[in-house]
Amino acid sequence: MSFLAYAVAAWLLLIGLYGVVSSHNLVHLILCLSVVQASTYVLLLAIGYRAGGKAPVFADIPLSSRVVDPVVQSLTLTDVVVEATVTALLLALSLQAYKRFGTVDPDEIVSLTG
Amino acid sequence: MNVLQAGALILVGLGGTGVVICRDPLRQAIVSGVFGLLLAILFFVFQAPDVALSEIVIGAVALPVMILLTLAKLREHRDDEPEIEQ
Amino acid sequence: MSHRGRRGLFLVAAAGLAALLVHGLAGLPGVGHFHGRYGLLLAHVAVPERQATDIVNSITYDYRGVDTMGEEFILFASAVGLVIVLRRMRGERQDDDRDRDDASESAVGRPSQTSAALRVLGLALVGPVLVLGIYFASQGQLTPGGGFQGGVILAAALILVYLAGRYRAMTRLRPIPVVELAEGLGAAGYAAIGVGGLIAGARFLLNFIPQGSMGNLLSGGTIALLSAVVGLEVAGAFTLVFAEFMDQRRLTGRRQ
Repeated sequence: MSFLAYAVAAWLLLIGLYGVVSSHNLVHLILCLSVVQASTYVLLLAIGYRAGGKAPVFADIPLSSRVVDPVVQSLTLTDVVVEATVTALLLALSLQAYKRFGTVDPDEIVSLTG
Repeated sequence: MNVLQAGALILVGLGGTGVVICRDPLRQAIVSGVFGLLLAILFFVFQAPDVALSEIVIGAVALPVMILLTLAKLREHRDDEPEIEQ
Repeated sequence: MSHRGRRGLFLVAAAGLAALLVHGLAGLPGVGHFHGRYGLLLAHVAVPERQATDIVNSITYDYRGVDTMGEEFILFASAVGLVIVLRRMRGERQDDDRDRDDASESAVGRPSQTSAALRVLGLALVGPVLVLGIYFASQGQLTPGGGFQGGVILAAALILVYLAGRYRAMTRLRPIPVVELAEGLGAAGYAAIGVGGLIAGARFLLNFIPQGSMGNLLSGGTIALLSAVVGLEVAGAFTLVFAEFMDQRRLTGRRQ
C-alpha cells in the first residue's frame, strides 16, 4: 500500500513514454510528454510526504506541528508553470512543422526529410 | 496513506493512461484537462496546496487553451486541402 | 523502422526501465516516512526568521531563490523562443495580407459566431479574474499562491477577451510591446532584487528588507517583492504565448 504512489509515478513514466514512441500526431506526442512530466511531480510529492503531516503553511497551525516536506513542493510548483511554457514552445514547433511539411505525423516528417 | 490518497493516486494513474490512449487530439485535450484536475486533487490530498493551485491554473486552463488553439489552426489548414481526412 | 519493430523495441526497453525503477524505488523510504533534514529544518526556522507563514513560498522566493531565478529564465527563454518561431511565419505572409486587414476578421467569423451571452459574460469576468490574479500574486508569503499561479491567472484574462470576440479590438491598442516590457521587467526585476541583496549585505538574493511581523501582508521582506516580479514575468510570458497562438488563428483566416 505504501508503495502505491511510487508505482503510479513509474506507471505514468512508462505509459507516457509508450505514448511518445507510438504517437502519430505531434500534438498527441506533446501531451504524452506532459504525462511523463506529471510522473516526476507525483514522485517528488510522494517522497516528501510525511504520514499525518499538514500542509507547510503556518497561517493557522501551531509552529510545532508536523508538516510535510516543503522543499519538494517548492521544486514542483515552479516546474509545473515553467513546463507549460516549454509545452507552448513545442506546440509552436509542431505548428511550424505542419506548415513546412504539411503533416503532424512524426513518421511522415521523417520520411519527407529522409 | 489513507483511502483518499490511494483513491486519488489510482485516478491519476487511470487519467494518465486515458491521455495516452486517446488518439484523437481534440478529445485528448479535454481528457488532459481532466487529468490536470485529478493531479490537482492528488496534490491537495498530499498536503501541497501551492502545487495544486499551480496545477489547476496550468492543467485546467492554460494547457487545454494552447492545445485547442493549435488544433484550430491545424484544422483551418486542413480545410484548405479537403482531400486530407479530418 | 517499422511501427511494429519500434513498438517491440520499446517493450524490451520499457521492461528494462521498469525493472530498474522497481529496484530504485524499492530502496526509497516508504511513502509517509521521509526523513530529509533540510525541509524539516526550514519548516521550523523559516517562520521565526522570515515571519512569512507559507513555507513553500519562503523556499521558492528566498531560501532557494537562485533556483527560482533559473526556472524563471527558462520560462522567459521559452516564451521568447515561441515568439521567434511563430513570428517568422507571420512575416512571410504579412506582405500580401496587410491591405485586407479590416475584412479579415469577418472571414474568420469569430466575432459573429460568438453569442451575445458569451460576449457579455466574458467581458464581465475580465475584471474579477484580474483581481483574483493580483490577489494570488500578492499573498504568496501568507497563504498558498504567489507569482507563478497569479501570473497565469492574470494572463487568463486575455482568454476571456478572446472568447468575448473582442481580441481584435484590443489589438488595436497595440498591447504587445507593453506585455513584452512587462515580461522583461519581471525577469530583470528578479535579478535586480538579487543584486540589491549584494549591495545591502554580502550575498546575492539576500533578504535585505525588514521582515515585518508574522501574518502581516508586508511580512517576509523580499519574498513578496520577488513573488510580484515573478507574477509580472509569468503574466507577460503567458499573455505573449496566448496572443501568439491567437494571432496564428487570425492569420490563417486572412490567407483564405
